[in-house]
Amino acid sequence: MPETKKVICITCPKGCTLEVTSEGQTVIKVDGGCKRGHEYVRAELTDPRRMVATTVRVSGGIHPLLPVYTAAPFPKGRIQELLAELRKLQLTAPVRMGDVVLVNALDTGIDILASRDVHPAGEVTAGH
Amino acid sequence: MTQPYDVIIIGGGVVGCMIARTLSAYQLRLLLIEKEADIGMGASSANSAIVHAGYDPVPGSLKAKMNVAANPMWDNLAGELNFPFDRRGDYVVAVTADELQGLELLLEQGRKNGVPGMHLISAEEMRHREPNINPNVTGALWAPTGGLCDTFAVTVAAAENAVQNGCQVLLETAFESFLMEGSQIIGVHTNRGDFRARWVVNAAGLNADFVMHQAGVRPEFKITPRRGEYCVLDQAEISIHNVLFPVPSCGSKGILVTATLHGNTIIGPNAELLDREDHATTRAGLEEVTQGALKLVPSINLRHVIATFAGLRARGNARCETPGVNYDSDFIIEIPKEVRGLVNLGGIDSPGLTAAPAIARRVVELMEDAGEKFIQKRDYEPIRPPRPRFRHLSRAEQTALIQNDPRYARVVCRCELVTEGEIIAEIHAPIPARTYDAIKRRTWTGTGRCLGSFDMPRVVDILAREMGVSPLEITKKGSGSEFLYRTTKEVEAHHGA
Amino acid sequence: MALKEKYDVIIIGAGPGGLAAAISAKQNGAEDILIIERDLELGGILLQCIHNGFGVEIFKQDLPGPSYAQRFINEALSLGVDTLLDTMVLDISPDRRVFATNKTRGVIDVQARAIVLAMGCRERTRAQVRLPGTRPAGVYTAGTAQRWVNVEGYMPGKRYVILGSGDIGMIMARRLTFEGAKVERVLEVMPYLTGLMRNYVQCLLDFDIPLQLSHTVHRILGDKRVEAIESVQVDERWNPIKGTEEVIPCDTLLLSVGLIPENELSRKAGVIIDPLTGGPYVDDGFQTNVPGVFAAGNVVHVYDLVDWVTEAGFAAGKSAAKFALTLRARENRLIPLRADENVRYVVPHELNKDSLQEGNVRLQMRVKTPIEKPVWVEVRSGNLLVTRRAEPYARPGEMVTINLTPKEYDEVDRASELRIAIVPR
Repeated sequence: MPETKKVICITCPKGCTLEVTSEGQTVIKVDGGCKRGHEYVRAELTDPRRMVATTVRVSGGIHPLLPVYTAAPFPKGRIQELLAELRKLQLTAPVRMGDVVLVNALDTGIDILASRDVHPAGEVTAGH
Repeated sequence: MTQPYDVIIIGGGVVGCMIARTLSAYQLRLLLIEKEADIGMGASSANSAIVHAGYDPVPGSLKAKMNVAANPMWDNLAGELNFPFDRRGDYVVAVTADELQGLELLLEQGRKNGVPGMHLISAEEMRHREPNINPNVTGALWAPTGGLCDTFAVTVAAAENAVQNGCQVLLETAFESFLMEGSQIIGVHTNRGDFRARWVVNAAGLNADFVMHQAGVRPEFKITPRRGEYCVLDQAEISIHNVLFPVPSCGSKGILVTATLHGNTIIGPNAELLDREDHATTRAGLEEVTQGALKLVPSINLRHVIATFAGLRARGNARCETPGVNYDSDFIIEIPKEVRGLVNLGGIDSPGLTAAPAIARRVVELMEDAGEKFIQKRDYEPIRPPRPRFRHLSRAEQTALIQNDPRYARVVCRCELVTEGEIIAEIHAPIPARTYDAIKRRTWTGTGRCLGSFDMPRVVDILAREMGVSPLEITKKGSGSEFLYRTTKEVEAHHGA
Repeated sequence: MALKEKYDVIIIGAGPGGLAAAISAKQNGAEDILIIERDLELGGILLQCIHNGFGVEIFKQDLPGPSYAQRFINEALSLGVDTLLDTMVLDISPDRRVFATNKTRGVIDVQARAIVLAMGCRERTRAQVRLPGTRPAGVYTAGTAQRWVNVEGYMPGKRYVILGSGDIGMIMARRLTFEGAKVERVLEVMPYLTGLMRNYVQCLLDFDIPLQLSHTVHRILGDKRVEAIESVQVDERWNPIKGTEEVIPCDTLLLSVGLIPENELSRKAGVIIDPLTGGPYVDDGFQTNVPGVFAAGNVVHVYDLVDWVTEAGFAAGKSAAKFALTLRARENRLIPLRADENVRYVVPHELNKDSLQEGNVRLQMRVKTPIEKPVWVEVRSGNLLVTRRAEPYARPGEMVTINLTPKEYDEVDRASELRIAIVPR
């Protein structure tokens, strides 16, 4: 029996509401939104994923934490597991934006990247 | 047991600190104990900061005598202790024909109390002197001896000067009971142990009833906290230069609109009797304050409120001892007969701040009458040196200050322009500021329109660094009011869902 | 870094608006550019906004805040923009002098040809939503908590209630949940969500955090530290509905109740503020009513996407560069007219060389001491005589006049100053 439900797309800030008709894991029809929205809805029904952003410990910089993020949307059901894994990390400055801080996290094939540079404390990058 | 003191003062409000300062001129070993993490945290922490001319108290009452005696002392006091004080005068403003009669009564009462220089002014004159006043004003009473101060600065300055002159101050030290030998008080028992002394002064403010009852004095005396709520207005939006009282009704001075020495206008207080100490503001109270203030200044806009706060006044039920005066919430300033070694104060609500220097003087007189010999210290230093306030300095003075100490170049509080140098100076001052609120009330950090959102993490950092502790230990106002709970990456034991 | 006395463009604030303005000013020909930032590093509030969702318009990419900032920081630094960090601007004068202080340099006094105000915005506080109750520790704006959690590494509490369904509030709800805290409730006084729908989905729904619309905080409870808040439902006029009060135990209340452009400095410079936006009135080049003072980003009005802030920064930076270059060009054409031998003063004091292409320029002066015989009034550029005129005598009581004419343009064009003297013939 096909089932129709409303899904809010989170791909872009517009937040369109899409109507999706599906039977089991098979999507029959998607109404509303754009092409990227349709991709999102299909994925949301079969393999929901989220971009994850958090922090990991870093020593030697001006702050004790480095913001990091997933290189691609991460399986929603495994986010807590990922956070626990990242909590164990301890990096040392310097770090550059885009550095891989964890390769192939939880064997998902998704790398965790540094969101910014961290210079060793005391190194002058801009004037005072 | 520590070495005995000559005098222990219970309570670090403005009255206790002023007594400590006055006694510190003499050859006495002094100790002041305060139960909170800072001095001036009770009734002295939140009030209108007005030095009253003295036309309000009932003629013949101790309140009237102390108020009028103290008022002229403030110029000298401000000069010696270096706190902000401005004898700006004040107005009682009538807005109906009926209220004009109230002005006459106040004028009469003021004259009986011995208040100098008061006179009535016309509605037109009032509109001229305060253009923001309700245009329906019908007349006003002008009292040129009224003044403005910063209550907290007064309290700190007095306490610091006492410390300069040898007084010891113990914070987070709560009085529990008296040590007695027969009817002679020989000291106090506190949460931090026993301290012996020949004299104990009860300056416990909201807890004065508890303290005197512990000595078996005046069992019928009761303090009823009277809460007053206030709103602070953004000085960029409205600035009233004057002190404007309404015509008083039923024992309260009413909701006023007043300048402060920081430039912000404040409105309040209402007056609500409570059965316990409660510093919370309420919707109803703030509404009452607003309505009251609009009567005097109709252009006040609530969008410009940047802070609200509530203060408690220690209203007592002591009958006035002057024969023929029917007044039943007078000050108590006495050496009671039941015990020896106690100077007992109670019911010091408004005009307690104004009266504080006269009360301190009176305490000395009472002790002299009881046989205490006061010998002036040779090296008594009445001047408490001021610390720089960056925002009050000229550009040239700011430059000189920074050249001397670059920490004054780092601005920590944007709205009120407070520098790291000022904050550090307070942390290491004679009465060290060791909590966020202590810093706030000394420097005005975090009192501007952002209410500390910007400075709070920075001040917590500075406090932690200067005190050599983790930021997790820094509190807003003493133990139990920590700002932070754990580091971000510490894992909760139960976590892992 | 040696600070210059005069900059083409000084930018106040190194958030996305300020960084974009710096880059764009440089790209549009301004040479000397200075960014003044109150924090320890460039990037502004983006550095604590570690979540994704930035750059969709400009980079067509979904970036975390710090990455979005880092791209502009790198670009600004590679273009050779000067920066002052940990520096607070105290004052801006209407003639574009900037006064600031910091620990390493002390008092800083620099002149700008153009200024871009990019101070961003600040959060509304509990007083502005008139939240009654006690004043314990544990009541923070969402942004303050965000700084603690994401940058400084501290959790301000265990159990949270968040007032306001704006994006910062919802994003903090997820962030705190990620770090092991419990978010009991998000309350919103309006009958609708005030942030983006997608944040509702991925920050609240994903974690089963309850959102209550038409609800607000009625009271804060607790003396030393927040112990609970009392929530209440409100009617369409925001009045609490009696009987709907609910005590929610928590130790922290986060406020996400709106943002206000931060314009204290703008006011000092004489900039007029629109009471509706809370920011300066601006023209299409983001110039304020004060010539040469521009404003970009959240200081003008609060945006919901950083990409638009960047665009505004680009536009303001371009206008500021244009203004500075016009001024600089004019400054380059100006030379001083100096009183030389026996001349007390000359008016005008400065000459715009280009004026000579349009017609005569009259110079007037007073002689120092009387010369009762024929004299020359001479205009010289170094040793070169540009022009002169004969007078029968020179007396202090009688003003002396000489005209520069278009014929002298070539000599004047090569001059760095002109000296005027009155000498015996």
